[in-house]
Amino acid sequence: MERITAIKGELQVKIEPIDTVYLDKVLEQNMQDPENLIMILQDVSAKYNYLPREVLNYVVERLNVSMSLIYSAATFYKAFSLKPRGKYIINVCLGTACHVRGAEKIKESLEERLNIHEGETTENLKFTLETVRCLGCCALGPVITVNETSYGGLDRGKALKIIEKYEDEA
Amino acid sequence: MSKLQSQKNYEVLREQFKKERDPERLVVSLCAGSGCGASGTKEVMKALEKEVLKNGLKGKVEIKATGCHGFCEQGPIVVIYPEGIFYPKVKPEDIPEIVAKTIVNGEVIENKLYKDPLSKKRISKGKDIPFYRQQLRIVFGNNGLIDPNNIDDYISMDGYSALVKALFTMSPEEVISAIKESGLRGRGGGGFPTGIKWETCRKAHGDIRYVMCNADEGDPGAYMDRSLLEGNSHSVLEGMIIGAYAIGSNQGFVYVRNEYPLAVKNLGIGIKQAEEYGLLGKNILGSGFDFTVKISRGGGAFVCGESTALMRSLEGKVGRPRAKYVHTVDKGYRESPSALNNVETWANVPIIINNGPEWYASLGTEKSKGTKVFSLVGKVRNTGLVEVPMGTSLRTIIYDIGGGIPKKKKFKAVQTGGPSGGCIPEDFLDLPVDYERLAEVGSIMGSGGMIVMDQDNCMVDLARYFVDFLKNESCGQCTPCREGITQMSEILTDICEGNGKEGDIELLEELATMIKRFSLCGLGKTAPNSVLTTILYFREEYEAHIRDKKCPAGVCKALFHYEVDEELCNGCHLCALKCPQEAVTGEKKEPHHIDQDKCIKCSICYEACKFDAILIK
Ligand SMILES: Cc1cc2nc3c(=O)[nH]c(=O)nc-3n(C[C@H](O)[C@H](O)[C@H](O)COP(=O)(O)O)c2cc1C
Ligand code: FES
Repeated sequence: MERITAIKGELQVKIEPIDTVYLDKVLEQNMQDPENLIMILQDVSAKYNYLPREVLNYVVERLNVSMSLIYSAATFYKAFSLKPRGKYIINVCLGTACHVRGAEKIKESLEERLNIHEGETTENLKFTLETVRCLGCCALGPVITVNETSYGGLDRGKALKIIEKYEDEA
Repeated sequence: MSKLQSQKNYEVLREQFKKERDPERLVVSLCAGSGCGASGTKEVMKALEKEVLKNGLKGKVEIKATGCHGFCEQGPIVVIYPEGIFYPKVKPEDIPEIVAKTIVNGEVIENKLYKDPLSKKRISKGKDIPFYRQQLRIVFGNNGLIDPNNIDDYISMDGYSALVKALFTMSPEEVISAIKESGLRGRGGGGFPTGIKWETCRKAHGDIRYVMCNADEGDPGAYMDRSLLEGNSHSVLEGMIIGAYAIGSNQGFVYVRNEYPLAVKNLGIGIKQAEEYGLLGKNILGSGFDFTVKISRGGGAFVCGESTALMRSLEGKVGRPRAKYVHTVDKGYRESPSALNNVETWANVPIIINNGPEWYASLGTEKSKGTKVFSLVGKVRNTGLVEVPMGTSLRTIIYDIGGGIPKKKKFKAVQTGGPSGGCIPEDFLDLPVDYERLAEVGSIMGSGGMIVMDQDNCMVDLARYFVDFLKNESCGQCTPCREGITQMSEILTDICEGNGKEGDIELLEELATMIKRFSLCGLGKTAPNSVLTTILYFREEYEAHIRDKKCPAGVCKALFHYEVDEELCNGCHLCALKCPQEAVTGEKKEPHHIDQDKCIKCSICYEACKFDAILIK
């Protein structure tokens, strides 16, 4: 089962097939309980980087809940995206501690460099730029994370160097 | 590992662990919290393991990856026990020398020690560093000493002995009385007396009761809950089990932010280990009391830190708060009595049971007892987590512990309490910090965020920042909050962009009163605090924006520009080299010039100049 999704108009992307083995495992770990919906969606997101429509259909079926319930949770919580995201998700912390040390400038320079705005994904699906309200590394502000790795004590130059590192790798 | 069946079993095991851990043995403790993680702990750890092997020290020295040591600005931190020699900002390259000299020969490497920026002296022991010297670390103290993923370490430091004491020598009512007498108040926001909350929950109608730990840590700029869960989750779990026993609950939840992966991981390990020893689960230590804890990961919504929203989110729903004429202690999660406390509140419980309520109540001020952990961040030299007795003055925290404002800048304000809190100006630096005093000056304790600001921070911009934050995080169900905060945000944005009008300040005040009075939940009710305190203490800054169209701090881009002071500029050319826009020009040793058309006001030149020759105009 291969899936083709279009984003940004003409761009065609191939996404991994729906992995029912993984999804069944996730549902089982969460006892197929709609009460654990948010954690189920988190695990879906961890695998696909976003919440693909087909996967949500599958979850609806298995949990026996309505799509509107899932949609309301998926749009309420910041952790979820209904659009495909890049291989590297960059989170710029805009928490207070980072804000007073110039986090906005880091965000602007990354936007400029990647030529996307906050919440968008680069055309090659390499980077998604997001912001977060605090990463809990406030003593080291400004902080960004690229997927699970955190980088602290940044300024414009250092932030751009980090992105270059990821750009350079194949 | 077999389950402990009795108090005696526990005591035997604890004594065994104590014996195994000779206080004179060599231990290298490396901070592996998230803060130091961002500064490169992993590489240091690898280097350390390699070097220990190479020197044939395996088995002779214990390497311990601990939780956060609190002094995050100096991370990664390595401490070598039994002496407690403290090496800050350790890089992998430093490890061979540290192993060869300090670990093998017990020699202190002078130039790797912490240098006090004020006295310029090198200090060898952590406890003598001014940052630590004035703290009282009863909640946080064990963080740097135990391996968070080894319950034996915690038990060897008398961990779970408070649980044993409560289960076998106290009735649930006696536990509640002890917590009431101690004067413990909630560390997550409101400062509600914990003992009273427990008592109400115990007495509420219902067959099933729940206890919950709020680890949503919404305040951006505060991270003590994260560090506690990462570094010493057992202290939180122990508090929860005692609380559950007192309240009569058999099921607990910890609601953790999903942005805290390490905290989720370490807490999960903690729960598993406690279950294996029979400290959690059925028939705990043979006492007949059952209690299990489940982790629930939040989805990244600030409002879910609010108690009713959190409980809805636990039910798998959208986290919208409800009106609280029925309290959650009566009807919370699944309509059953539920007691929700903050991470730090729970971690205080074993300390109170172990040391007695009188001892605890002797710390702090009249109405605020014990200690509080603050996250001291922003424009302050020593950033990190600071634990002090309630009633310690802002000045002590910011100057004596925090080392003051770096780069010779001037202190402007400190923001406490997160988005619901307020800004406190210099006049109140001697204010003893407790719940009442902070409220008197228009702010709140909140969860303990303390963000220091200097002359380069604009107070109008800060108010706009918080209001924007809350605008995005408002759940949108009640009109005063949804529309009121949006209107405030628009007015503040206008002011920051140079479109402020006479009367805007008064309009903001009017809106603030309305939002405070009529919002449904705590988010809206406290949202105007940052606007009101900045208007109260920094009104002239608002007026400068509105009347003179100037941002004196040089933050609001439409309202200032940079100029070179020709007298002060000695033509070192540094700013011109650093400018990303090539907007600064000039010959070496001649005064430079900024091309206003090219300048994007990124402030790089302003920060680079060592002669204060770049002026904000
Ligand atoms: C909008 C909003 C956000 C909150 N966020 C948190 C939070 O992140 N962590 C927390 O412990 N309490 C938070 N609170 C306070 C909780 O509602 C609740 O009072 C607290 O968890 C109770 O525990 P305590 O008595 O131990 O402080 C928040 C309150 C509001 C109104
Ligand atoms: S404010 Fe940025 S990490 Fe906390």
